[in-house]
Amino acid sequence: MVALRTAQATQDETDDIVIRVHDLTNRFGEQVVHDHLDLEVRRGEILGVVGGSGTGKSVLMRSIIGLQEPASGEIDVFGESMGDRNEAQAKDVRRRWGVLFQNGALFSTLTVAENVQVPLREYYPKLDQMLLDEIASYKIVATGLPAESSSKFPSELSGGMRKRAGLARALAIDPELLFLDEPTAGLDPIGAEAFDALIKGLRDLLGLTVFLITHDLDTLHAICDRVAVLADKHVVAVGTIDELLALDHPWIQEYFNGPRGRAAAQSKERSAIADDQRRADMVAVDRDTTANETAGTERAAQQQDGGRTD
Amino acid sequence: MLARRNDLPHLARRMTPRPADFAQDDRTLRFTGAWTLAQLGDVPARLEHIDDTPEIIDLSGVERMDTVGAWLVHRLQRDHDIRIEGADDKAEDLIGKVGQVDRPFQIQPDEPPSFQRVLGRIGKSTVRSGHTVVGLLAFFGETLIAVWQVILNPKRFRGNAVIRQFEVVGLDALAIVGLMSFLIGIVIAQQGAIQLRQFGAEVYTINLVGRLTFRELGVLMTAIMVAGRSGSAFAAQIGSMRLAEEVDAMRTIGLSPMESLVLPRVVAAILMMPVLAFYAAMMALIGGGLFSWFALHLPPVTFVARIREVVPLTDVYQGLIKAPVFGLIISMAGCFQGMQVEGNAEAVGLRTTAAVVQSIFLVIVLDAFFAVFFASIGWI
Repeated sequence: MVALRTAQATQDETDDIVIRVHDLTNRFGEQVVHDHLDLEVRRGEILGVVGGSGTGKSVLMRSIIGLQEPASGEIDVFGESMGDRNEAQAKDVRRRWGVLFQNGALFSTLTVAENVQVPLREYYPKLDQMLLDEIASYKIVATGLPAESSSKFPSELSGGMRKRAGLARALAIDPELLFLDEPTAGLDPIGAEAFDALIKGLRDLLGLTVFLITHDLDTLHAICDRVAVLADKHVVAVGTIDELLALDHPWIQEYFNGPRGRAAAQSKERSAIADDQRRADMVAVDRDTTANETAGTERAAQQQDGGRTD
Repeated sequence: MLARRNDLPHLARRMTPRPADFAQDDRTLRFTGAWTLAQLGDVPARLEHIDDTPEIIDLSGVERMDTVGAWLVHRLQRDHDIRIEGADDKAEDLIGKVGQVDRPFQIQPDEPPSFQRVLGRIGKSTVRSGHTVVGLLAFFGETLIAVWQVILNPKRFRGNAVIRQFEVVGLDALAIVGLMSFLIGIVIAQQGAIQLRQFGAEVYTINLVGRLTFRELGVLMTAIMVAGRSGSAFAAQIGSMRLAEEVDAMRTIGLSPMESLVLPRVVAAILMMPVLAFYAAMMALIGGGLFSWFALHLPPVTFVARIREVVPLTDVYQGLIKAPVFGLIISMAGCFQGMQVEGNAEAVGLRTTAAVVQSIFLVIVLDAFFAVFFASIGWI
């Protein structure tokens, strides 16, 4: 069994699978939340996890990060089983991931900067204070908070700011894997869009793998590479939104093809069209200016120039 | 398992990144290895102590870089005006991005000097105490208005809620109040007997137990127990209802929180306190009586006869007069603090503590006033 599992783990690393959940069952008393659930998360992808309320999205996340002991099943993270690990081994895995809880879960007695420093101090006790302070500061600014909020206490922040501070803490140790539990819930649309852009930017820049629980259809369309759908106590489908739409599952159809789903898809299309339009406009403006400045006889040549410089 | 990994060279490279390092070569700093947080080791400390300022950082030997590595490069560049060479697109991008979020910062909020801070805290708590007193008075007034409203319109009286609170405040407290009073009766009898034995006046133990429990200890200990049990529960229940906006929802539906939340609790506490206090006094008598029987060999008949001789009825009245007042104070403090909850769950805890502290404090202060008052009207 051990030999087999090791082979499996090595296989995972070659296949670039960061999280493998196999045959997971979770139950609370009589109520079964997950019934033989399987899921794989690939390296470098943003995987959106959707599902109706009470389908166990958060429980799945809690099982993967080890806060919820599953009734049965296998969970491998970074190719190593999470089940039979001692405290030191568990710590080795934990220092490679960051978690953002639904309401930020900031430590209320510490300032925002001190909150961000907690994982750094815990995992890298040798860092000197100056560097700790600098790291906390740039992480906080990078998540879109004003620099002054570093010295504030969580109770002095709004809900959206607390979420950003929570993200700064989750990113403190530059994790390879990021768990986000409804990061855009309760944010205004502008804030939510900025949050989406931030997460996508971090993924592109640092090659993060993101496990993202969300109800936000715009987020799904905007940044998720694949979407896993939780229904009937297991993952009914994983794929891009287009792939999911091709499936004949009533819940998926209702979810993505409902009025809100269609609106989100349309707004994505619109923004893509608007981008194209803007680009085309710029080309046209470019052409016009060049055309006005130069003589009419050379017009065709100038147009080509204008097109190239764009 | 590790051996197996090393069989795969491309994997081994990923799994075991080389630690970050640097070497100074004339005016060039050559960085090598993985400049990631996990691989930094003592590099940040060593970077602090480079002797002469380099002009060029060569990043061509860097395998990987995360934001912390990029920050170190950015910091060097910022402080010493150094040129960067050999960075790949990603590293360059990362260093640029980190540079964009470099701001002056402050980790701890500003704190005034300690002398000023102490003065400030004294001032603030004085103002807060003033506000609490005024708030409590206003709350008392609101409760009276609610009582008046209910009297004008008796249908609005919530009988069911009051009876439910009877159960919570009175019935559920019987076991703990009874046990506590029983033990206190034993303690008084035992301590009294030790002292009085020196004068050969052991029989006066009965006077001590009888008078003390009816006048003071029965009602006082009950009040403290009720403050801890019910006063805190009132504050916590109403406080969490405030947090969940239940109280606001009641107002919008047209229910008065004073009538539906506060009044039943206040009425229940006022009516249950005398019952509990009398019960507590009786339990203390039983405790004291049993102790006298077994340790002092005073039979129960003697004990009861002597109690009837030495305990004037005014002692019982005193207890029964004080108890509803204490009940009022405890329930008012609990409900008042509950209604003051605002913001987050932490406030519920703080307010609950405040409710218990205030009610016990007020109970003891009033008890002192009562003692002086009853003495001056001749109920000695």
